Amino acid sequence: MMRHWSIGGVIGAAVLAVLVLVAIAAPWLAPGDPLDIVGRPLLPPFTDPRFPLGTDQLGRNVFAGLVHGTRVSLLVGLAAAAAAIGVGILVGTVAGFLGGWTDEGLMRVTEAFQTIPTFLLALAMVSALGASTVNVVLAIAISSWPATARLVRAEILSLKSRDYVDAARLAGMSRLGIAFREVLPGAVQPVLALIGITVGVAILVESSLAFLGLSDPNQVSWGGMVANGRAVLRTAPYLVAIPGAAVAVAVLSVSLVGDAMGRRLLVSRER
Amino acid sequence: MLKVRDLAIRFAGRSASEAGTLAVDGIDLDLDRAQVLALIGESGSGKSATMLALAGLLPKSAKTTGSVLLDDRSILHLDEREKSTVRGRRIGMIFQDPGGSLNPVLTVGDQIDEVVRTHRRLDRRAARAETVSLLSRVGIGDPAARARAYPHQLSGGLKQRVAIAAALAAQPTVILADEPTTALDATVQAQILDLLVNLVQVEHVALLLVTHDLAVAAAVADRIAVMYAGKIVERRGPEQLVTDPGHPYSRALGQAALPFVAAGDGRHAALPELPGRMAEAGGTACAFAPRCPLAIDRCRAQVPPVVPFGDGEAACFRAGETAQ
Repeated sequence: MMRHWSIGGVIGAAVLAVLVLVAIAAPWLAPGDPLDIVGRPLLPPFTDPRFPLGTDQLGRNVFAGLVHGTRVSLLVGLAAAAAAIGVGILVGTVAGFLGGWTDEGLMRVTEAFQTIPTFLLALAMVSALGASTVNVVLAIAISSWPATARLVRAEILSLKSRDYVDAARLAGMSRLGIAFREVLPGAVQPVLALIGITVGVAILVESSLAFLGLSDPNQVSWGGMVANGRAVLRTAPYLVAIPGAAVAVAVLSVSLVGDAMGRRLLVSRER
Repeated sequence: MLKVRDLAIRFAGRSASEAGTLAVDGIDLDLDRAQVLALIGESGSGKSATMLALAGLLPKSAKTTGSVLLDDRSILHLDEREKSTVRGRRIGMIFQDPGGSLNPVLTVGDQIDEVVRTHRRLDRRAARAETVSLLSRVGIGDPAARARAYPHQLSGGLKQRVAIAAALAAQPTVILADEPTTALDATVQAQILDLLVNLVQVEHVALLLVTHDLAVAAAVADRIAVMYAGKIVERRGPEQLVTDPGHPYSRALGQAALPFVAAGDGRHAALPELPGRMAEAGGTACAFAPRCPLAIDRCRAQVPPVVPFGDGEAACFRAGETAQ
């Protein structure tokens, strides 16, 4: 199994594992509310052992913000991607398998969502619904399911004319039973490769929304930290660079893992 | 038990004004439990359309008339819900390509479990026990381990055995087999045919075998129906059909499939060839007349009626005659 994992995939998986551990261990790594003012403002990194990454202009611990921000970023990224992929699979399977007017209707709705850029749709939704973590997850999910739906539908279309579908029909299985138990398992493989992209985009969108101030104000978010540091960019560039790098590392690791999964599937499909 | 009367199948044309294509032109079939009926004919003769009609798998664009009774219940025009019970419980199907009829992403055991559980209220463990028993009944060694394999881990012959087990899982009374051995090696072919014949006796099911290979049909069938251009042109027992064919088309099939029988003395005769193409079904003359060495004016003017011949019947004005 391991021989198909590329070096990039292994590095990505390792970094992702570290991020997940940090997210889980955040209360122990940096106890207390990361939004509390704990020290002198604008302390540069590596000067005070209590604040290894320094403090921002209000005297908040950057390290604590970074650690707790990991939670928000990963949670929102994964939850939004899971919801988007779930909806996409459902819509794609029903549309592809039932065909006819159901397919036409669902695909036109999918296209309607696709015509609006993911970020703009999420932005519009969060500004309308209000900035809470749940709404951010919802907005990202609603704006990013169409890709999965189209992919699943295409796979289902190519699978549903196979003999084993006829065999299942003959065996007396119901149409939805065949769609979800016989056809869908063959169609989810390419979706696995899409997970990396979906999660990566979700993390980016979450950060961007937070950067614009559209996130739960009571929770630290990397995007929010960047927005905050922007005001003192010339005197304390690390306040933008550190959370910015965190976003980049998280998205990169997720993409690398997704890419490696996609390649592995390609190998197993060619066999 | 399975009784087909005057079954006709017409595929719709591209527009409403077009008449479409007549694939099957009024055929009768009778099949009892523990019997093997072979339906043979060349591509386009209507044998596969017949089988799909019996299975209820024809596309919606195909129009069927006539009657198909299974234990005196009509199974031809059923809605989806009625079909899902009749099809599964009464009719099983084995496909030509054993790879294609198995789901590549599920273990073979899971697939058969699914069929078992669709038909009987069994919990997972009981269903798996039934699956393992089915796999051993189709001659698969170490069935419990094989049940955990994916189709791609099995050979073609094993896959076809699994497909047969899946067809039996619904406890059907009729099994339809569409060229079940065509995609297999010759030695495996013989094993699978043996298995099918054996299962027909042991499980007491009826088998309708669709094939283009007279040698296969003659080896396993109790009765053989020869189809040409949508009609059954001859219906005989296997020995007589091979040694004393009534219809000139059956004779040509025999010479093509069993050249050593045709030559009579064990030597290989040159393989005969039928000139031209198969005529459209549903004409007002014998459809085989344009390719028939024995055709007379009468053959080109009217459709020959079915007349008794040997141990069966044939639809030919010159049944049993040979050229020269």
